[in-house]
Amino acid sequence: MMLFLKLFYSFFKIGLFGFGGGYAMLSLIQGEVVTYHGWISPSEFTDIVAISQMTPGPIGINSATYVGYTAIINAGYSSTMGILGSITATLAVILPSFILMLIISKFFLKYQKNSVVESIFKGLRPAIVGLLAAAALVLMNSENFGSLQDNSYQFYISIAIFIAAFIATKFFKVNPILMIIICGALGAVLY
Amino acid sequence: MMKNIYWDSFWSFFKIGAFTIGGGYAMIPLIQRKVVEDRKWLSEKDFIDLLAIAQSAPGVFAVNISIFIGYKLKGWKGSLVTTLGAILPSFLIIIAIALVFQQFKDNVWVVKIFMGIRPAVVALIAAPTFTLAKTTGINRWTIWIPIISALLIWLLGVSPIYIIIAAGLGGYLWGHFIDSNNKTTQKP
Repeated sequence: MMLFLKLFYSFFKIGLFGFGGGYAMLSLIQGEVVTYHGWISPSEFTDIVAISQMTPGPIGINSATYVGYTAIINAGYSSTMGILGSITATLAVILPSFILMLIISKFFLKYQKNSVVESIFKGLRPAIVGLLAAAALVLMNSENFGSLQDNSYQFYISIAIFIAAFIATKFFKVNPILMIIICGALGAVLY
Repeated sequence: MMKNIYWDSFWSFFKIGAFTIGGGYAMIPLIQRKVVEDRKWLSEKDFIDLLAIAQSAPGVFAVNISIFIGYKLKGWKGSLVTTLGAILPSFLIIIAIALVFQQFKDNVWVVKIFMGIRPAVVALIAAPTFTLAKTTGINRWTIWIPIISALLIWLLGVSPIYIIIAAGLGGYLWGHFIDSNNKTTQKP
């Protein structure tokens, strides 16, 4: 029960401070769920991001649903409880914006043209760039890349896949789903 | 008629949620076609305003849009209906995958496939960092903000939530006390 309350509180905070779109929200989820609470491992988180990217719907909702399920399963509960965890995380993550958007809709506030909101966003925007960078840096670990000492084969292949995928995304705008499929196939062939 | 609009708006957002892979910005054209051109729930101009609002509010972009349109149609009950419509496809699909994946995650092929996928996912997150840095207009006076933020989170394990709070507060104080004589309106 305590875990469900903590899950709700964590995802409520993620929804409340989730400025800057899907990937920035992933950074918040990672900070709360992987780094702070340790409910799921970094590699589980990476897998969830991959699956959330490949399935329909907003990545923030997909990953909240999946993380809610996994956190409860990892604590040793049944899949039924896992689904309850999904519901908890998903509702918690949309509740803050639901309340805020209702207020904005009610008064049709010119919220984004307000000078206070504008100043706040002047500070937020560069920080969100930092959030994205941190999300990538935190995930560059031995769980996702293998380690040079224990499995240098996996390590070198991972580095090669990372560089190729980075260039494909940044410079050639390759579709992310196609890229995930190709890298999955590479994994099946090379390992 | 009363029942109809609830069902119609629910089903519209359900389809939007079910058929946009990648989320967020990929959803805009589909939402626009449905909401502006097809159903005429919102004028073109109001829709553009709504995009700016939904983008600057916290939370999930597409969900924020659904909340607003639901409210415009039928108040908070309308919001409830459109929001449920928007998130239900994600929810059902992810639950189905989670239940199946649970059984196969230790399968030797699944393990190999995900060993290949993980570095690519990290690249997927890393690449937009640089694009975003360019579009947000980071210059040599502001470059320290993302660098310090990233290092605090990465090396010291500081929660990104504190970074968001500090950055928002910093932006407010800067705008209020230091930059207050310079009131040029900028696009958010």
